Amino acid sequence: MSELTDTRAPAPSRAGRLPSLLRDTVTMSQRSVRLTMREIDGLLTALILPVLIMLVFVYLFGGAIRTPTEQYVDFVLPGVLLVCTGFVSALTATSVTRDMKEGIVDRFRSMGVAGGSLLTGHVVSSLVRCGCASALMLATAFLIGFRPTADAAGWIAAAGVLVMFVWALSWLAAVFGLLARTPEGASGFSFVIMFLPYASSGFVPVETMPGWVRGFAENQPVTPVIETLRALLHGAPAGADAAVAAAWCAGVTAVSVVLAAVLFRRRTA
Amino acid sequence: MDTAIDAVGLTKSYGAVRVLDGVDLAVRTGSVSALLGPNGAGKTTMVRILATLSPPDSGRAKVAGYDVERERGGVRRSISLTGQYAALDDLQSGAENLRMMAKLAGLGSRGARVRAAELLDRFDLAEAAGRRVGTYSGGMRRRLDIAAGLVGDPSVVFLDEPTTGLDVRSRQTMWSVISELARSGVTVLLTTQYLEEADRLADRVAVLDGGRIVAEGTPAELKQRVGGGRVDLTASGPAAFGRLRAALGPRALHADPAEHGLSVATDGTAAEVRRLLQQLDPECVLVERFAVHEASMDDVFISLTGGTAASDTDGLASRTGGTGGEVARV
Ligand SMILES: Nc1ncnc2c1ncn2[C@@H]1O[C@H](COP(=O)(O)OP(=O)(O)O)[C@@H](O)[C@H]1O
Ligand SMILES: [Mg+2]
Repeated sequence: MSELTDTRAPAPSRAGRLPSLLRDTVTMSQRSVRLTMREIDGLLTALILPVLIMLVFVYLFGGAIRTPTEQYVDFVLPGVLLVCTGFVSALTATSVTRDMKEGIVDRFRSMGVAGGSLLTGHVVSSLVRCGCASALMLATAFLIGFRPTADAAGWIAAAGVLVMFVWALSWLAAVFGLLARTPEGASGFSFVIMFLPYASSGFVPVETMPGWVRGFAENQPVTPVIETLRALLHGAPAGADAAVAAAWCAGVTAVSVVLAAVLFRRRTA
Repeated sequence: MDTAIDAVGLTKSYGAVRVLDGVDLAVRTGSVSALLGPNGAGKTTMVRILATLSPPDSGRAKVAGYDVERERGGVRRSISLTGQYAALDDLQSGAENLRMMAKLAGLGSRGARVRAAELLDRFDLAEAAGRRVGTYSGGMRRRLDIAAGLVGDPSVVFLDEPTTGLDVRSRQTMWSVISELARSGVTVLLTTQYLEEADRLADRVAVLDGGRIVAEGTPAELKQRVGGGRVDLTASGPAAFGRLRAALGPRALHADPAEHGLSVATDGTAAEVRRLLQQLDPECVLVERFAVHEASMDDVFISLTGGTAASDTDGLASRTGGTGGEVARV
């Protein structure tokens, strides 16, 4: 070990930077996924709650709601899917806050790990969580009569839209996680996010809503995502909704990443 | 390169509070140094600056030959920081934590596995390797935390209050871990509130108080500064206590009105003690008993910091020269 004390390690080279950034991001993603899989109670809530919500809507409210599709479950699936992935993405805020409170961030930084790698790890684990939750939800939906007419390309496109949505929302959640001082505070973000799909075209057609709510529902980001998913799953062209949805997701991601970078630097100065 | 850490004139303020007020510190390569100071003295702030986690407001510092502001990458590849609070994932096992840190330090999967196994063995954690850290005891956690700092073979190791909050036995274990670390040739800078710890582990001690280094030297040199010894006087009553205390003025290291006790620095020779007693109490009525002790680090600390547990930033100059009157034992 003594030869280390009297020779200076070579200065960081530009060429070595990117691979190490990538490698660190992979390591941090593995960490976050492992932690999330071991957080049994959080995971169970994230998986079971949305399934229950779907069952409640389909069996209790569904009969009373008149929709353009023949079966209510076909209409409502994109909506509950977004409630579910929204809720699961929002858990990112709690994980980020918890990390920032503990000394582990200092250690990572003193090892030269970039804040971006740490946060990306949390967002990646959010994607994995949402993947599990969505699979469970679709399986339940199939059992209760969900019959989409999409072809393979439609399914792939729908998955792509969902990934885009979760990616954007998880970055936004990371921003809240950096703002919150306690994990409990950070979990408040879930409630805001859970509310958005209800005030959208997810559960009832917007035409049935009173004036100002309808205005909100038609122009908020969740509606075009839901319309796109609904169209794709039923083999219809998504058209303008897809473009609006993509623009929202890209915009939210861009703003959140920048805010996260600034806040991370401020929190760790 | 024989100085591993070289800091000059570091200052740092949080809002209106000047936490570091021109700190100079030099640590020889391969030595163990202790930064000793009461709670809130700025020890963590100092270590975080040296570990590139927070920039100083002014001043310069080099660690392992690299500038902490301009050559962060170099510093970060040469150091490890084990903070005051364990930096581990409770939900991962000890082995998983170490493998993760090893990968972040640049090792491949195989290398990380080997390194983790090695460190678990060395820190006597092999048996608990597969258990989640959440189930570890405080002492095991700290050992794993230090092990985690060593995955990248650092040449300079910062340990921020490595034994705070540990029970006596875990502290003893920790001390032998740190001594062994020192023998392996790395430079160690540890911070502590415990004088005994600095005395036991460190080649050199720097006392941080009120944002400045108020004394620096080997534990023996520091003890020399308070005269190498201490004489404890017990007054014959409250009135006698008052008169002795007035006569001693700032020379009193401790004053304990309840027990009528006073302590004074001395070189411990019979001649000096006789002279002191003669001068204080020529009629032999005020002093009931006396006892001579070798100076402890406590005396050094009290005489240097005025015995304040939490320091205020003003009034420092007046405090560092003389000694406080009535002081609390730390
Ligand atoms: N990030 C911070 N923001 C504001 N004040 C701080 C911050 N970090 C430390 N301080 C203040 O600086 C002083 C020294 O803190 P610290 O370095 O943690 O002391 P020590 O580690 O010696 O106990 C304390 O008064 C503390 O409240
Ligand atoms: Mg501290």
